[in-house]
Amino acid sequence: MKLGRVTGRVVSTIKIDSFEGVKLMLLQPLDEKLQNAGDPIVVFNTVQAGIGDIVYYETSKEANKVLEFIFNPCDAAIMGIVDDLNIKSKD
Amino acid sequence: MIIAKVIGNVVSTIKAPGYESKKILVVQPIDIQNNNKGKSFLAIDAVQAGIGDKVLVLEEGNSARDIINEPESLTVKTVIAGIIDEVTISLL
Repeated sequence: MKLGRVTGRVVSTIKIDSFEGVKLMLLQPLDEKLQNAGDPIVVFNTVQAGIGDIVYYETSKEANKVLEFIFNPCDAAIMGIVDDLNIKSKD
Repeated sequence: MIIAKVIGNVVSTIKAPGYESKKILVVQPIDIQNNNKGKSFLAIDAVQAGIGDKVLVLEEGNSARDIINEPESLTVKTVIAGIIDEVTISLL
């Protein structure tokens, strides 16, 4: 899992059946200092995260398990919203 | 499996079903000289590791789900599977 910030919404009307009823969000990957790390990606949102929320997400094949029908082309999904992040700085 | 260091923890109330009561830690992969190597990421803790511990991290979904005894349907790819006490390297 990785950290990210939800930066936008993606609206799509014509999509495959297993994507029906699930929100798509634009997400900016972050590092542990909450600095941008890499290019934005589109992720599935099943936890009702909103724009500006810090979230953790999973990529690759494992992410498709959030959808009802598991044989679907989903490769990134938000798994939860971060309330608090405690990082111990390097000694 | 990779060697990593636990550098923080994540607190989350709203999460996907199946993630309840799972501890999530921030881990930073390290090399054999204990230098940071690559990007940090999050992993589910199966061994009660703490911040500062050197740990063994699994980055493969099927084995990760087996370790935390979860069904096929849970989205998990990274799990902390052990706390490393010592690494011995022979340089010949």
